[in-house]
Amino acid sequence: MENLRNFEQVCAILKEHDHNPNRLIAILQAVQEVYRYLPEEAMTFIATSLGIPPAKVFGVASFYAHFTLEPKGRYVLKICDGTACHVKKSTEIEEALRKHLGLSSQNPTTPDMLFTLETVSCLGTCGLAPALVINDEVHGLLSPQSALALVQEIQDREAAVHA
Amino acid sequence: MKRQTLKIDNTPVSFGEERNLLEVIRKAHIELPTFCYHSEMSIYGACRLCMVEVEGMGMVPACSTLPAEGMVVRTTSEQIRKLRKMVIELLLASHVGDCPSCSKGPSCQLQKLGQRLGVDKVRFPQSRTPVRIDLSSPSLLRDPNKCVLCGDCVRMCNEIQTVGAIDFAYRGSKSTVMPCFGKDLGEVECVNCGQCARVCPTGALVPRPNIDEVWKALHDSSRTVVAQVAPAVRVALGEAFGLEPGTITTGRIVAALRRMGFDRVYDTSFTADLTILEEAEEFLARKKEGQNLPQFTSCCPAWVKFTEQYYPEYLGHLSTCSSPQQMMGALCKASLKKLQNIPAEKIVMVSIMPCTAKKYEARRPEHSRGDEPDVDLVLTTQELILMIKESGLVFNQLEQESFDMPFGFTTGGGVIFGNSGGVTEAVLRYAAEKITGRKDSNYIFKAARGQEGLREFSLTVEETQLSVAVASGLGNAREVIRRIQSGEKHYDLVEVMACPGGCMNGGGQPISSDADYKAKRTCGLYDNDKMLQLHKPQENPYIAEAYEKFLQKPGSHLAHELLHTTYSPKRRTSGFAPEPEQEEGQLEISICFGTSCFLRGAQQLYSGINAFLAEQGAKAQVSINATFCYERCDRGPVVKIGEEVLEHCTLDQARAAILQHLAGRKAEVQI
Ligand code: SF4
Ligand code: SF4
Ligand code: SF4
Ligand code: FES
Ligand code: FES
Ligand code: FES
Repeated sequence: MENLRNFEQVCAILKEHDHNPNRLIAILQAVQEVYRYLPEEAMTFIATSLGIPPAKVFGVASFYAHFTLEPKGRYVLKICDGTACHVKKSTEIEEALRKHLGLSSQNPTTPDMLFTLETVSCLGTCGLAPALVINDEVHGLLSPQSALALVQEIQDREAAVHA
Repeated sequence: MKRQTLKIDNTPVSFGEERNLLEVIRKAHIELPTFCYHSEMSIYGACRLCMVEVEGMGMVPACSTLPAEGMVVRTTSEQIRKLRKMVIELLLASHVGDCPSCSKGPSCQLQKLGQRLGVDKVRFPQSRTPVRIDLSSPSLLRDPNKCVLCGDCVRMCNEIQTVGAIDFAYRGSKSTVMPCFGKDLGEVECVNCGQCARVCPTGALVPRPNIDEVWKALHDSSRTVVAQVAPAVRVALGEAFGLEPGTITTGRIVAALRRMGFDRVYDTSFTADLTILEEAEEFLARKKEGQNLPQFTSCCPAWVKFTEQYYPEYLGHLSTCSSPQQMMGALCKASLKKLQNIPAEKIVMVSIMPCTAKKYEARRPEHSRGDEPDVDLVLTTQELILMIKESGLVFNQLEQESFDMPFGFTTGGGVIFGNSGGVTEAVLRYAAEKITGRKDSNYIFKAARGQEGLREFSLTVEETQLSVAVASGLGNAREVIRRIQSGEKHYDLVEVMACPGGCMNGGGQPISSDADYKAKRTCGLYDNDKMLQLHKPQENPYIAEAYEKFLQKPGSHLAHELLHTTYSPKRRTSGFAPEPEQEEGQLEISICFGTSCFLRGAQQLYSGINAFLAEQGAKAQVSINATFCYERCDRGPVVKIGEEVLEHCTLDQARAAILQHLAGRKAEVQI
């Protein structure tokens, strides 16, 4: 159950858009930035304040691949599986990361909410194939080992912060 | 508008105000196949079944093409035939379902069109993985596997009912029509009117069947099974046996029910008469006191739930009268016990209704005494038709029989309940005589009748001015409330029926292929009124007897206990049980962000409380959450601080309560 601690931000976003139902997509986009996904409660609240049924909000949110309905980890790993990367064995990288993080396609997010693993088709950086994007940063010319090292580095850093 | 002419299949056809080519073609008596067109809703143009050839334009969808002078139209050609067949085949390929066992039965458009267009095989492989059937709603069965994505239900629920409980979600091959967040229909704001099922061309939305339970009760000899039949059923059931809409088949329905094994067969119109006595008395009392006006009618459970969800502040306006279905249940069980010593748990009350929402109503906790519901099972007209067919009864050959007494006698006032405007007219038949204190031979109030979804009229009876609104379709009900809220209009009485045209067009009625079925059924009920011996509920001798022997007088204590009910605000979607993330020892504050509270300033309260906590340096001691609806919406904004629930909460009250709780905690810690 997502606690709506960031509610004030949702309120501000709605206000910025004049509570205008025609701006639903822009509103959802902004709210997704706050939570990194679209929690049910937030969508219900958006529906309430725009005066439209929640089924309509859900319809729009589920239509666009850009919107995420499940919570994601703090680090989103996007492995490219476009043609260029695939040829350069991107699947091996994917396998290695999955194994390391204990994830599957049904279960793309680690229980500590640190990592989410996704595949995408062509990041537009085929010259760097095989490529991996961590949040917004592109890493290219990877091997399973170097990809694992990147992830391990994040894990070590996080562990240090918490210690 | 000037009449113009175009040519359809070599025949000149004149047209005037038709909205589109499809309507012109249908006027010319050509049954063009369609899936996604309903004259009462917006045009969607998705199914491509209505394609025709227009000279100079090629193939066009007739539903979204304007007719024009001199147009030359062909409704069949090699290409059109191929296209139609392919559309049906594609739909069948993405449709998981076994036709012979489907509740939609012979009214399925997909089956009908498949047969009519000669689709003998499906060339495409099955394309869908089956998903779970949604049985969460007491009123409807939702089987997404049979959905052809025509969007008819979505537009019905959004445009006509303004509920919007279902919509398209996801996209491409995953596209599905569903309630919000993939919840089940029983968990969301659906008001159970069943209008979506009425327009659904397939078995994806159908009234939730209760046939098996009814057979089981009938076959159990230790139980007394009692039927009650609603007025609207008698003018529609015959359609399934080839009769014209509006044909009155009361006597044959009674005969069929007896053959099936019902021990007693009563008429819901009897308790409709009774409703009028109670409701009109209540109305006259309110009118005299000038309180809780306008009075809203309360016999439509979909409208009641709608008010509970969307207009909790108006709940006091609803008449407290239970609906005729519930009055019959309560009265029957109480009197059979008292007069014939049959205990309530031995009686199975089965009502036959035009309505899917009645299934929900019967299950409302307000309508049970202890564990015993007043009405045990509800069958829609559609289900009774299936049972008659299953029994092998040749309906049109049945000898007519009459209802059992005493609850089988009705006046015309109780029968016209099935039409929009009927309750109003029956109330006026009673109230007018009551106001003047004189008998009046006139019983017809024309002003209450009509086809429009929203009608208003006023009437003067001696000194008394009565102003009335009659709405059918929940979108029209919203408009009535808007007019009241804005102060634009003042009414004394507001009648609302959720189904366009009233119960005769309920979600459980047979699906008609007659373009004029609504007018014919309506007319059937008014004719039935004319044929009856009495027309005014107050003249019903058995009602007088029921009061004498049993209920004392309208509004008496016992009448209240048996015949009246209560309402409470309802949250729209379930699943947001307040369950805050809280750290040990923190004071928990929850602010309701449901619609009513939101409109009453929950957001400002939230910001105010946050600012106050910051100012007090108390943020760490408190966990503050948003929740959705405590079902006290009429008393919002609602804030819960610790265990204390503050209604009509102001910022000052919240501040004081927070300080008090924090101080209390400190004291506890010190001890
Ligand atoms: S039953 Fe009525 S409210 Fe419920 S989904 Fe259907 S049309 Fe909407
Ligand atoms: S449920 Fe019925 S009406 Fe609704 S989209 Fe599917 S087939 Fe059409
Ligand atoms: S109008 Fe009649 S049939 Fe329709 S939901 Fe209301 S009570 Fe049921
Ligand atoms: S295929 Fe991977 S970046 Fe283009
Ligand atoms: S009826 Fe015209 S496209 Fe469906
Ligand atoms: S909206 Fe229902 S209690 Fe707040």
